[in-house]
Amino acid sequence: MKQALEKIVAEICDSFGNDRTRLMDITTAVQRRFGCVSDSAIDLIARAVKTHRVEIESLVTFYSFFSKEEQGKVVIRLCDDIVDWMKGYQQIADALVKELGISIGETTSDGEITLTRTPCIGMSDQAPAALVNDVAVTYLTPERAVKMVRELRKHLDPHQLVTVLGEGNNSNPLVHSMVRNNIRQKGAVLFADFESGTALKRTLNMTPESVIGEIKASKLRGRGGAGFPTGLKWEFASKTKADRRFIICNADEGEPGTFKDRVLLTERAEMLFEGMTIAGYAVGAELGILYLRGEYSYLFSYLNHVLETRKNSGLLGNSIMGKQGFNFDIRIQLGAGAYVCGEETALISSCEGKRGDPKNRPPFPPQEGYMGCPTVVNNVESFCCASRIMIEGAKWFSAMGSPRTAGTKALSISGDCRRPGVYEVPFGTKASDLLELCEAENPGAMLIGGPCRQMIGPNRFGGIICYDDLATGGSIIVFNKARNKLEIAEHYLDFFIEESCGYCTPCRVGLVLLKKYVRKVVSGAGEPQDLDKMLKLSNMIVSTSRCGLGQAAPNPVLGALNNFRELYESMVSERKHGLQPDFDLTSAVVDSELFVGRRSLYV
Amino acid sequence: MKPRIATCSLAGCFGCHMSILDIDERILKLAELVDFDRSPINDFKHITTRCAVGIIEGGCCNEENVHVLHEFRENCDNLVSLGDCAISGGIPALRNNIPLEECLETAYLNNPGIYNPSGIVPNDEEIPMILKKVYPCHEVVKIDYYIPGCPPPADAIWDVLTALLEGRAPVIAYDSLKYD
Repeated sequence: MKQALEKIVAEICDSFGNDRTRLMDITTAVQRRFGCVSDSAIDLIARAVKTHRVEIESLVTFYSFFSKEEQGKVVIRLCDDIVDWMKGYQQIADALVKELGISIGETTSDGEITLTRTPCIGMSDQAPAALVNDVAVTYLTPERAVKMVRELRKHLDPHQLVTVLGEGNNSNPLVHSMVRNNIRQKGAVLFADFESGTALKRTLNMTPESVIGEIKASKLRGRGGAGFPTGLKWEFASKTKADRRFIICNADEGEPGTFKDRVLLTERAEMLFEGMTIAGYAVGAELGILYLRGEYSYLFSYLNHVLETRKNSGLLGNSIMGKQGFNFDIRIQLGAGAYVCGEETALISSCEGKRGDPKNRPPFPPQEGYMGCPTVVNNVESFCCASRIMIEGAKWFSAMGSPRTAGTKALSISGDCRRPGVYEVPFGTKASDLLELCEAENPGAMLIGGPCRQMIGPNRFGGIICYDDLATGGSIIVFNKARNKLEIAEHYLDFFIEESCGYCTPCRVGLVLLKKYVRKVVSGAGEPQDLDKMLKLSNMIVSTSRCGLGQAAPNPVLGALNNFRELYESMVSERKHGLQPDFDLTSAVVDSELFVGRRSLYV
Repeated sequence: MKPRIATCSLAGCFGCHMSILDIDERILKLAELVDFDRSPINDFKHITTRCAVGIIEGGCCNEENVHVLHEFRENCDNLVSLGDCAISGGIPALRNNIPLEECLETAYLNNPGIYNPSGIVPNDEEIPMILKKVYPCHEVVKIDYYIPGCPPPADAIWDVLTALLEGRAPVIAYDSLKYD
């Protein structure tokens, strides 16, 4: 057994050239082969790639898809995002717990099935959903969940759970998934027809400088949510003196409620890879990396196949489309379940085979990114837009959208609505129009841009989708009037507490303290001044956290306080005698009484 | 009648009270301005009449601390948490991540150097019950003002006290708040 482990780990490390920067791939392969990365495996890997043991161990313990303890042959990861809760998470969890006879986080005694939960897996439009190994199982009901477990017990092969295939490329044999695209509205940029090579052909007739000029003129801004001008980012990277430059596509779509990149990866992979190639030409890069979140690994073979096809047609590789000296290749880097890796510097760390720790900024990635070289990190949708811009021209693109935000936006809409799915709409579309499009049911609030952005109430439904008003990376969750906004905020605080990398104190500790206040208010023990304390604490976390996660994490609370203040105010009241109602002396001395074996005389 | 001040040390080390004494000769001015009610300075066992300001050092680690804190809250117009233990639990709160049972066993029963052949854990009726964890004061009662520091500098204490006695909102100068 030990010899087998040694041999296989050595083979795996060897297949990645014993390269330390490919530790993510090595660890993923070992985890898949053995159901864990044990202490002995950690030793072996460390020796093979010539690094310290602790580096491997910190990697294994950082990413949620890796584990030191052996997992079952089948791991069921039930998605516990708020939308899944709204669609019946609890009943499904109960059904699974009962059927399997274990609690969440445990493995059956025969070592076959592990049950655990995971944050948003990008299936909010078909919630409740779960990942069974790398197979996405959608539209779950308690009955289907029980049936699933009974089938798995027979064959332990999650792929056999897929009987009905989703539309489009979901039914491609290489994807073979029940996931549905649910494209509800196609726009002119992303979901219009696309023919491979057309954008690249026009690009290669221009100088790299004029390609950057074209992207700048189009006024394209980053689609991941921050909205940084794409052309400017490319220009910075191209002008930084360096021997090597890199293009990275951020497909770590982890913001709860976002799934439009999943659909673009499924249906517009060619357009995405072409956009990355255009960027490579513009900034002078020879390697592109697609960072694909671990939850979407079911798309891995298909995307690799698309890359192969493009290589064979001369759209990737050396002398692309006959252009001497233009060489560009793309590899796919699989993530392993860490929300913070959606932050670009954490994503770069992960690509380098490290924990997904954010880096200090500045220097920004276009100055010093992957391997210390200038790097362009853009969202899936941004690269797709770049392809379209090179076909239709900057003028055509910038004519669409709102006055200050050009083009269209792919939105993932889910929650309390009859038609959840992906909508491509021009920037400038009103929130109220979206509610109509998705046939929202009695809407009382919208979470625009996921928990890291803002929750708005009916008084702001007239606002428009753009970077100056309602900014979003694509996530829109609709809540009906009956939903408790405070509980939603609390749910997302739990999420951020779990996903915080723990590096800086304001985020690691501040969020836990903030959650205590929210709990106090939600439980009815809050006082008026607690609301101001929450505001103060939130602002402190926002202004002193090191990376985007901590800076955005208090937003669910801030949003609720700013937009639904009256709700909070109705739940707090001034207490008589100045005592804290959530402190109970009787229960605080129970442990002590049990230990010494008598009751307190003074309680 | 002069306004009254009360002070107490709960789960603290008296370092904050030492810092009160560090106001040096200003204590004479203070004696002109106020009368001291319950305080370790005069050893009153309970508050006698309503006080303008109550100063709390230390967090709550046992039931007696809670009773004292309640008495202060009930009888003081302004309650001030003085120092890090009152504000966040401080050093005594290091035990909060260890089960109480384990703490007591390690302290009285199973630790090298302990001689306790009859296995007795202190259990006299006079000894207050220890709480399952150490609480900062504001989790037990409402606190009006906080003076951070371990210990807080005498100037910060003086500034807050005089402001409260003169009916102003206390502001602690930045220099008294940074320690590096």
